[in-house]
Amino acid sequence: MSGPASMSLSSDAPVGDGSRVPAAPSRDDLVIDVRGLNKSFGDKHVVVDLSMQVRRGEIFGFLGPNGSGKTTSIRLMCGLLTPDAGAGTCLGYDIRTQSAAIKRHVGYMTQRFSFWDDLTLRENLDFVARVYQMDDRAAAVDRALHELGLTGRARQLTGTLSGGWKQRVARASCMLHRPQLLLLDEPTAGVDPNARREFWEELHRLAAQGISVLVSTHYMDEALRCHKLAYIAYGRLLAQGTAAEVIAAQRLTTLEVRGPDLNAFVLRLRGMPGVEQTAAFGDTLHVTGRDRPQLESALAAATQGGGYRITPVDTGLEDVFIHLMQGAADNWAPEASGRQRAA
Amino acid sequence: MRPAPAEGGHSWFSLARWWAMVSKEFLQLRRDRVTFAMIVGIPIIQLTLFGYAINTDPKHMPTALVVGDRSEFTRSFVAAMHNSDYFRITGELPDEEAGRRALAQGTAQFVLNIPAGFTQRLLRGERPALLLEADASDPTATGAALAASAQLVEGVARKDLSGPYAALAPSPPPFDVLVHRLYNPESVTQYNIVPGLMGVILTMTLVMMTGLAITRERERGTMENLLAMPLTPLEVMTGKIVPYIAIGLVQATIILLAARYVFDVPFVGSVSALYSAALLFIACQLTVGITLSSLAANQLQAMQFTFFYFLPNILLSGFMFPFRGMPEWAQWIGSVLPLTYFNRVVRGILLKGNDWPDLWPSLWPLAVFALVVMAIAVRFYRRTLD
Ligand SMILES: Nc1ncnc2c1ncn2[C@@H]1O[C@H](COP(=O)(O)OP(=O)(O)OP(=O)(O)O)[C@@H](O)[C@H]1O
Ligand SMILES: [Mg+2]
Repeated sequence: MSGPASMSLSSDAPVGDGSRVPAAPSRDDLVIDVRGLNKSFGDKHVVVDLSMQVRRGEIFGFLGPNGSGKTTSIRLMCGLLTPDAGAGTCLGYDIRTQSAAIKRHVGYMTQRFSFWDDLTLRENLDFVARVYQMDDRAAAVDRALHELGLTGRARQLTGTLSGGWKQRVARASCMLHRPQLLLLDEPTAGVDPNARREFWEELHRLAAQGISVLVSTHYMDEALRCHKLAYIAYGRLLAQGTAAEVIAAQRLTTLEVRGPDLNAFVLRLRGMPGVEQTAAFGDTLHVTGRDRPQLESALAAATQGGGYRITPVDTGLEDVFIHLMQGAADNWAPEASGRQRAA
Repeated sequence: MRPAPAEGGHSWFSLARWWAMVSKEFLQLRRDRVTFAMIVGIPIIQLTLFGYAINTDPKHMPTALVVGDRSEFTRSFVAAMHNSDYFRITGELPDEEAGRRALAQGTAQFVLNIPAGFTQRLLRGERPALLLEADASDPTATGAALAASAQLVEGVARKDLSGPYAALAPSPPPFDVLVHRLYNPESVTQYNIVPGLMGVILTMTLVMMTGLAITRERERGTMENLLAMPLTPLEVMTGKIVPYIAIGLVQATIILLAARYVFDVPFVGSVSALYSAALLFIACQLTVGITLSSLAANQLQAMQFTFFYFLPNILLSGFMFPFRGMPEWAQWIGSVLPLTYFNRVVRGILLKGNDWPDLWPSLWPLAVFALVVMAIAVRFYRRTLD
């Protein structure tokens, strides 16, 4: 068995066997393995045929626009919601029948702050430690408070913390019992850049120890720090893999434009064949499309001889996500569901 | 990854987790000033309202006369009624019909009918009767006055039938007052109220407070966290209930102290029996509250459920109206309500000095109720967010 410290942080390959459990290959290495999950609320199909595998020691990023079903998917995986169809395991336990066991080994951080405002920091942490029946309760709580840098405010009511601090307390609480799998629902929303960086360093430290992480986020820089990504829109998984794989799979071309009056340039581009999206970055403009020759001729037409410089650049993750989102059919829109009903 | 064998099962109940839940509830309760004020405030307010504002021994009640016979003797009887302080003579009415109407309309609480020829028949020793009709729709209002009227007969007979009529004053009084209680067959003694209040107050506060317990977690968003932790439904529910057991006992004590020292309610039976019964009753109400709480979608709904539960309890348990005076269907409903049994237990212990064998028929239904409702609560506790 190789020691966890030998893992390289940036590696795409998950840690093979950081655990005491003799690791059998393939499926036993999957901490999350769900197939064909479906969930509807009323006649709203919120998660559609979701299949997802997260391996041990992997940091798995979960992205998608607001209301795309990330939170719902995470809840399905840890047994907080029952899937209408589909099955799977989480840490080897069946998500339908063994949710009690899943709960003991998973640290779930909810999107909405869900610790008790009318308890102090220490009381909240202590409650968590007791519920998970930790042996070294007081020490664990002290350590968590120390790591948060909140030892001096341990007796403060949690409700009186600022938003970002609440977020950090919630994170520390869900990691308190040293879970093997972290399910983090937008753990860094509203957190300052410095704290975010520290948090991600910590995540990578944990991953190197064989702890797996499923983290939802809207930040591109965080997406790039994940070993693997999944992108979901309108309940459907649209892309999955490493960042490079996700980008490559869409086969997009992005051209960077520099020159005078880019606003007018964008207006001229509008509606031209091949141009799928434009995004302004300070004094440059990124134009993205699937069909490279068409895109180039469209740009040439829009240039109209005026001093523009056009250079091909790497397509960014954000470009890909915007492309995916625009391409996804809104199967929840009123007229779409109307059509479905009529059919 | 396969689950390690040792961790395959999940215990139904862990004392450590349960105690974590209990401590959390105590801490939160300690910081909840309004609830705290309610615990002490509700018994005091209710005791004041029911014990003082609602006078169980009212006096000077309007009394009309239907006089068919005027004599020194009847005048003397009317004067004695007036002097007793219970009756205030409002005037004369032409006939019995008018008397009934006055009672129906509530302008008179009592109507005294002096039949024609009363004095003559009295002198002949025929033991005639005066008819006292009472609007007994509120029995507590008329009970004491009616009791007083019986004594009037003796008093008047001794005084007025002295001298020439002394022969007519044998040991059984020479005439009767026939009492007709209209609208309500059964009278409630005044001591019923305060012991009855104990159950009512416990029902009201405990069901309401636990009714909010789980919906509050749901509304604040902390339920998701609680559900994501390895707590079993039994641990959550009983953990939430425990602090309120203490609260219930505090309230019971307040009421008992008031009953004993403020309202002079007799205290015949055993205090420990009373507390044991109270504990059982508190358990019943808390399981009801926690069930309502897990059924309700939000705190407002929980309050509405509480209210629906409270109404039959206060009306059909024998607190407001005598249990045996109710129609059969109402008695059926009443006999599934824990308050019905608890009222019997409390009155039995306080007023009659009942002991365990006497109490048993009322105690076992309480125990069954608590167990059944707790099972329902655990059954309906939502283990997921669906
Ligand atoms: N309990 C529920 N009842 C009804 N609809 C729900 C419920 N929970 C979620 N939804 C709907 O399901 C869809 C997906 O919601 P979800 O919270 O999973 O999205 P999300 O990807 O986490 O969004 P965000 O990025 O805003 O957090 C939304 O349209 C939401 O309205
Ligand atoms: Mg979400």
